[in-house]
Amino acid sequence: MAQILDSRRKFWIRVEGSIVKWLFMACASVSILTTIGILVTLLYQGYGFFNEVSPWEFLTGTRWTPILKPRSYGVLPLVSGTLLVTVIAAMVALPVGLMTAIFLSEYAADNVRRIIKPILEILAGIPTVVYGYFALTFVTPLLQNIFNDLLVFNALSAGIVMGVMIIPMVSSLSEDAMISVPRNLREAAYALGATRYEVSLRVVVPAALSGIIAAFIIAISRAIGETMLVTIAAGATPRMALNPLEGVQTMTAYIVQLSLGEAPVGSLEYNTIFAVGLVLFCMTLLMNLLGFWIVRRFREAY
Amino acid sequence: MNEYKPVANSINPNRKRRKIIGASVYCIFLISTLVGIVGLGVLIFDVLDKGIPWLNWQFLTDYPSRKPEEAGLYSALIGTIWLMFMTALLTVPIGVGAAIYLEEYAPRNLLTKAIEINVSNLAGVPSIVYGLLGMALFVYYLGSSEQFLGRTLLAGALTLALLVLPIVIMASREAIRAVPDSYRQGAYAMGADKWQVIKGVVLPSALPGILTGTILAMSRAIGEAAPVIAISALVYMTFIPAHPMERFTVLPIQIYNWVARPQEEFRGLAAAGIIVLLAILLTMNAIAVVLRNKYQTRSEE
Repeated sequence: MAQILDSRRKFWIRVEGSIVKWLFMACASVSILTTIGILVTLLYQGYGFFNEVSPWEFLTGTRWTPILKPRSYGVLPLVSGTLLVTVIAAMVALPVGLMTAIFLSEYAADNVRRIIKPILEILAGIPTVVYGYFALTFVTPLLQNIFNDLLVFNALSAGIVMGVMIIPMVSSLSEDAMISVPRNLREAAYALGATRYEVSLRVVVPAALSGIIAAFIIAISRAIGETMLVTIAAGATPRMALNPLEGVQTMTAYIVQLSLGEAPVGSLEYNTIFAVGLVLFCMTLLMNLLGFWIVRRFREAY
Repeated sequence: MNEYKPVANSINPNRKRRKIIGASVYCIFLISTLVGIVGLGVLIFDVLDKGIPWLNWQFLTDYPSRKPEEAGLYSALIGTIWLMFMTALLTVPIGVGAAIYLEEYAPRNLLTKAIEINVSNLAGVPSIVYGLLGMALFVYYLGSSEQFLGRTLLAGALTLALLVLPIVIMASREAIRAVPDSYRQGAYAMGADKWQVIKGVVLPSALPGILTGTILAMSRAIGEAAPVIAISALVYMTFIPAHPMERFTVLPIQIYNWVARPQEEFRGLAAAGIIVLLAILLTMNAIAVVLRNKYQTRSEE
């Protein structure tokens, strides 16, 4: 009797086991479905857009006036606006983040690192709408004391604040790369009489270079996709300008602007955001893939 | 072997000069490290300075208003809490399930590799792109046919669930990987089958780690404004949502709404809203840190 019960129990345990296995597999496939969903959405809606506007005009046009007449659908002003803010952010975040990483990995004592790292994590966890507020209401007035012709909405303060925002990303990814440089390389250099900064800059940084470059690329990709900060602080005037004292519109800010306006579904205006989203998605995807590829391809195996 | 000959060759015998360079380089590194910390300090000081005068009980319990002195963020606060719990409810089972599959079941083949690469790529997709997905799929495609979804809390939670899913998956995988193999082998030796081992041994020991990851993912979710704007648009909420099928607004959107106005008073309201949002995030992070520490001491015993 007990034996029958036992075998019956075993049977149900096995059934349960195979059911949950399939359930878990379904869970894992949700991530694949998300990617497919993003691609299908962007391509399908983008198709509606490219039916009316030629891809050539879209990719090479230098005027972006989809809402105002005469309508023009050249995405380059949005791309250049995005790149302008990103370059400013990179000029702040890459050197500062790298030097922070060197300090944390090569100079700081353990207890100093234990204090600084959580602070940087807080910096990384602050919502971007807060950074937008900070750029608009604090940094811009501050910079207006220096640059008299700085507009209220400008690429400069958005870029600087975005740079501060991505410092933790650059520093923590670069630090990971530097910490994995084996100790004996450093010891060997010290034994040859090198000083600490010579060890840091000529041994550790070159040895960790692939990881550092990957950190740069991933941080820049984050900057390209950043939305609320630039929506709040950089303005809403799409223009092909290199002057950081004026306002620009980024791809992300345009998408937000149009989502707020409740454009009629299926209209050309509605479809523009998916075409812009497609460009944004492709740019960030390529950079992320490049970053991961560099990490894997050039990883020094010690 | 790796060769670093240039170091040996370039060592300058001039000790004094090298010491000076070393000291100045140290100063530069130190100053760089302080940039982020000072930036954070100034930001927090500025927000407190401008926001505290506006912060009172009424601010928490009033609805938004055109008059700054009567405005509050009650509807946004409730919306954020709704959205956080619904997102957690949707994303945790799927995220943990996916993590269990990848860690315990998945064969080492191309498909598994593809899923892993895919998860890390999804973590790098800009949040506004998830907003576009949610807008097209949940709001308009599933929303237009029979008034099923539309610009509702559920559509917002579904979108955010997809957004934070990679974070939950990666955190859960790490927690599951940290469970020592000896636990599993012990359970197998007692005659348990795979699912019993996972249910009875692996999941309970991984639970604190999973919980920590989930809390951190939720703190990311409630700070997001861009994808939620694509779902909810800017809505003037003078009621609180009673069920998941109603319209909603959240704290970051309310803050954005106030920042976008030119009047000084609304900037003050925005700062006060930021204080509330940061207080919630800080509390969640503190809980996560406490959980992590408790878990670490337990596993050392």
